[in-house]
Order: sequence, then structure tokens, then C-alpha cells
Amino acid sequence: MKKSVILGAMTFAGLAAGAASAGTLDDVKARGKLNCGVTTGLVGFAAPNANGEWEGFDVAVCRAVAAAVLGDSTAVEFVPTTGKTRFTALASGEIDMLARNTTWTFSRDVDLKFEFTGINYYDGQGFMVPKELGVSSAKELDGATVCIQTGTTTELNLADFFRSNNISYEPVPIETNAEAQQQYLAGACDVYTTDASGLAATRATFDDPSAHVLLPEIISKEPLGPLVRHGDNEWGDVVRWSLNALIAAEELGITSANLNDMAAGTDNPEINRLLGTEGTLGEMLGLSADWAKNAIAAGGNYGEIFAKNIGEDTPIGLARGLNAQWTEGGLLYAPPFR
Amino acid sequence: MSTLTDPPKEQFRLSMLLYDTRYRSATIQVIAMFGFMLLAAWLINNTIINLNTLGKPVSFGFLGETAGYDINQRLLDYDNQDTHLRAAFLGLLNTLVIAFMGCVAATIVGVLVGVLRLSSNWLVARIMTVYVEMFRNIPVLLWIVLIFAIVTESTPHPKVYRGVETGAVVVTNRGTYLPEPLFSRSLGDVHLFGSSSLRFDISLDLIAILVVLGLSIFASIKIRQRADRIQEVTGVRPRTWHTRAAVLILPLLSLLIALGFHLGYPELKGFNFQGGTHLRNSLLALWLALSLYTAAFIAEIVRAGILAISKGQTEAASALGLRPNKTMSLVILPQALRVIIPPLISNYLNLTKNSSLAIAVGYMDITGTLGGITMNQTGRELECVLMLMLVYLAISLTISAVMNWYNEAVKLKER
Repeated sequence: MKKSVILGAMTFAGLAAGAASAGTLDDVKARGKLNCGVTTGLVGFAAPNANGEWEGFDVAVCRAVAAAVLGDSTAVEFVPTTGKTRFTALASGEIDMLARNTTWTFSRDVDLKFEFTGINYYDGQGFMVPKELGVSSAKELDGATVCIQTGTTTELNLADFFRSNNISYEPVPIETNAEAQQQYLAGACDVYTTDASGLAATRATFDDPSAHVLLPEIISKEPLGPLVRHGDNEWGDVVRWSLNALIAAEELGITSANLNDMAAGTDNPEINRLLGTEGTLGEMLGLSADWAKNAIAAGGNYGEIFAKNIGEDTPIGLARGLNAQWTEGGLLYAPPFR
Repeated sequence: MSTLTDPPKEQFRLSMLLYDTRYRSATIQVIAMFGFMLLAAWLINNTIINLNTLGKPVSFGFLGETAGYDINQRLLDYDNQDTHLRAAFLGLLNTLVIAFMGCVAATIVGVLVGVLRLSSNWLVARIMTVYVEMFRNIPVLLWIVLIFAIVTESTPHPKVYRGVETGAVVVTNRGTYLPEPLFSRSLGDVHLFGSSSLRFDISLDLIAILVVLGLSIFASIKIRQRADRIQEVTGVRPRTWHTRAAVLILPLLSLLIALGFHLGYPELKGFNFQGGTHLRNSLLALWLALSLYTAAFIAEIVRAGILAISKGQTEAASALGLRPNKTMSLVILPQALRVIIPPLISNYLNLTKNSSLAIAVGYMDITGTLGGITMNQTGRELECVLMLMLVYLAISLTISAVMNWYNEAVKLKER
């Protein structure tokens, strides 16, 4: 049961925190497996497919890190976490990293002692309502019943939004996305609010997605990214640069199709440094020389991962928007590999 | 003359702690105690050191910070700008509400089912058996989720009532709305604890009603006692029911009229019904599930208690000419209570502790506020869980104390 898991995790946190705070990279290598925390199921971001294999946008980050460290993108143990259990699981050392569309906030970074290693999706909180309600703006939601996942930043944003607009609402606290979906479809709440990407992903699984609309208001900034425990900088670097490798690969035009040709050596020194044919970047991270090549081979570059899991050709149908490369007017900007 | 020599006075030697059976067990216990305390100290110390290394020293300062989240089902005023302590306090009240409602309902259903299970009516007895076996052999969490799903899925959406004349009670998939008592000439509230996190408003109307009701009952008892005295002296019992009824009803009625009592009906406004008392589905489902589940256990306890009274008691009561239901209420149940109460206590405690499953349906009890959202937003796991444990311990020990006191009162007085 959930509570005993929390308690168990916490006892473990108390006992094992000291041991777990250093040497995660060595632990993962010794274990031969990466423990990666993901959602309990949000199609497109992290959900098991028909064969029981986890796939999705966040899952791809886990696989890339596993490939960079262990050379094997399947050497991942996915640990489903709820909004409430995720931080305890990470702090206790139950998982090595968390890729669970988690918003980077000051207090999580500083007070909760975590280390965000980058942003893999720039998001914002939105509202979904049934079309028949005839609502066209979130400001018309006075008195509405709102389904909300507990233990998330969205819960606080929601309170702030309704407060600043001087309208009232009735929160229905819910533990997981699946429960929220069930409650929303049953009509137990008028509105479902979470990150806009999550709303799109949830709506894509409905029988009739066109009967539901996302309201135009985006009421918050939700930079989502993977995170690790504070204080283990070597491990933080590995996760940070694995993600950066995926982003840089798209910028440099490295795709899963031309990866092997590129890895044979190119005229572009940055590609060579990234893929390990030049310089010692891998060694500096404590990884093999072809770490980035493995990470990219796991699921393609950032753009490929995006297109495959949540892009416009998928049922979720998210546009790149803010998540385009900086060269194309987006916010993605990987620091140089030098 | 024979000299009686005293046996040589044995000197206490240190080795006797180990080899003398008189001292050995004490020695072992002392050593074990030391070992246990060392282990506990090590665990606590280790936790504190590790939390300090993590940069999260144990501190309860977060309780004074702004909570920032909203709570739907609440007894007192609360706003998302209130502190975490206030949120925890409201959660605690919600826990107490569900525990109280659950214990009352479980006792009523449990006693009824327990008695009916012994009924000579084959069908009734079998139905009760099925009920008991169904409920106590399936985990309560499943019952909570199932009942919540039924309540939510089978009830109509509020929009169904648009343009429809609704009565005093409205059932929707967001909860059941009951008429709420309103007072047009209200006496107002007393505000306890100023504006602190534990502020508590009590309606003076409620206090007035309770005082009047208490006085009425007191007067009614006096009238009965007077009738008893007259009956003992003269053998004729004066008719008292009409005066007693008048004493009970008239003062209350005049008070209600004086306060301008009326009922506020729920009305559909915007997305939801407004006004009335809103019992959310989460509360209803949790209440139903916990009471039905615990009632199954109580039914068995009641049955065991009744069966523990020898058949001779029933036969003796029949021989004295008591009817079966009089026998049950005057002879069997009072004696059975002595057997029933001790295990009943532990079932009350179980119900209270099981109420922490409330989060499964989104009922904001103390596990949902302090142990859920607050813990998650502040990252103070250890502090929150310690406080939760303390709260549940305090609630359980209080229930225990009250029930033990009641048990003392009803148990067989041996003289």
C-alpha cells in the first residue's frame, strides 16, 4: 500500500541518505541498471505500451542516460511514482534520477535539496473543459469544481490564479492522472487542470477528444526536467550532459539515421568531440568515449524523441513551440561541447 | 546446650549477578535494556546526522509558513493564505468527524446485524452472514474505492437539475446537498484563540440550543423521578408523558422561533449547487465504507457477546414472563456488553486508523493535508510523519481511555 511505501522509503531515507548522497555513478555501474523514476502513466511522457515496455518522452531521457552510462538503453528499471511519492523516492536513493515531468522551482532546487539537470520540456499550466460547457476563458470558471493532482505545483498555481482573479472554485484532490481522467470523464469535476502537455496527452486517450477543449489561459511557467539528488555533482553532470547531448545532436544535425556515419569522423570538430572521435569528453565524465553516441542511438536526437512521442503526428499532437531549437525561435539551447 | 550457628551470611559478590539465579534475570534485562536504548539512540542520531548532511535539519518552522493550497471539505474557515498548521488542524478535524460518524454508524449497524444474525428467521440470518463475510474478508481500501465509484458514477450530474424544481435534498455526482439550518436573528459566533492557526469559531446558536436541550432533559428526568416516588408511596403512577413531552419540545421550539430558525435549500447556481450542507461524495463513500466494514466486525463481536450469555438466562427471563425482545434488551444485552466492550474498543481504534485511507478518494483528512500536500510541498517528511504518528496516537489513546472508563462502569461489580 502507498502509505507503507512512503514510510518505508522514509525510514530508508533516514538510514541510507548519507550513503546514497555520493557515488551514484559508481552505484549504477556496479548495479548494471539505472533506477529511473517516472509517472504512474501519462501517455506520451511515460507509459507502458502494449508489450509492457515503458515508452515516452520522459522515458527516452532515462534510456539515453542508461545508454550513456551502461551502453545499454534497456538497462533501466522504471519506478512509477506519484506526485506525492516522487521526491521521497529520489531523496531516499530508491531511484537514481527522476524524469517525471517535474517543474523546476526554487524551493525544490534549494530547499528540497535536488539538482535539476536541465529542461526537457517548457510547459505551462492549462485548463481542459468539456466543449458543451461553453466556457471560453478560465476566468469564467467561477464556482467550478476542479480536478487537481495533489502534491504538484499546479495545485498552488491554481489557488493563486483563482485568488488573483477573485473567483472561487472547489478543488477535488486526486492522486494520479488516471484517477483524474476517470473523475473528469464521470463529470465529478467540471475542469481538469495540469500542465498543458499533460492535458493534451490525457485528451488524446479519450474516446472523443474533440468534445473537450483546452482553454487559452496558460497560468504558469512549468519548466519540466530531470532531476537528481543534491550534492552528487558527478552524477548530476552525467544526467545534465546526456540531455544536452540529445539537444545538441538535433542542433548539429545528428540523427539516428546518420549517427554511425557521423561517428566515423566528420569535418565538424564539435560533432567529433560530442561523438568521441576527438578529445576526451567521455573520460572527463567518467564514461566511455562513445557515451553520447550511445545516448543518441537509444532513441534518436531530441527532435526525433519529441516527434515520436508527443509531436504533431502523434495523437497527442503537441507543436514544438517553445521547445524548438534556439536557432528556430525556441528556447532549447545546449551549451557547447568543448 | 547446643549452639545454633547462624548460617554464614552470604556476601554479595559480583559474579553472583551471572551465576545466581536470583539476580541473573535482572542482569540480563538490564543489559538488554541498555542494548535496546543504544540501538534507539543510534537510529535517532544517525537519522539526525544524515538529515543534516542532506541539509535538512529537523525543524518545525514550516508549520508557520503559508500553505498555498485549498481544502474543499472543511468545518472551519480556511483560505489558501493560511498556514500549514491551520491546514493540519482542519485535516485533524476532518479525521475526527469521519472517525466519530464512522464509529456511531458502525455501532448501530453492527449491533443490528449481530442480533439479526442470531435470528431464528433463516433468510434474515443468512443474509446477515453473507454481509459479514463479504465485508470483513475484503480489504477496506477496495470497499472505499468501490463505494466511491458507485456513488460518483451512478448519481446525476448537477446540470441534469437545470430548470428542474429541486427539493430539500439533492443528490449529485459531486455530493449530496442537505438543507442547512439558518438563523435570521442569529446570536453570532464566539471566536476562540483570536486569529491564530488554531482559531475556532463556535456558533452561539448551537450553544443556546444545546443548553436548552440539556435543561429540558434534566427537567424531564426530574419529572420521571417524581413519578417514581409517587408510585412507590401510593402504588399509582401519575400520567407524565404529556408534561415530559411538553418540557422537551416547548422550550426548544420557542428558542428556535426566537432565533428565526429556517432551512436553507441548495440552489443550482453556475456550475454547482450553492447553499445547503454539502456532503461530498468522498466523505459519504469513506463514511459508508468504513462503517460497513467495521460493522461487520462489530456484528461478530456482538454475536459472540450474546452467545456468551448462558441459555439459562433467557429461560429464566421467559419463566418470569418477559417477551423475547424485552429479554434481549433487559437481560441479555446488558450482560453481553461486558464481553462486547473490550474488543469493541479495538474496532473503534481500527476505524479511526483506517480513516487515513481517505486520500484514496480525496477526502482531506490529516493524512491528506499534513501527511500529503504539506509534506510534499515542504519536503519535511520526517517532521510530518512524526506529527501524524503523534496525532493518531493521541486520538487512539483518548478513545481507549473513554471506552475503558465506560467498560469499568458496566463491568460486573464483584463485592
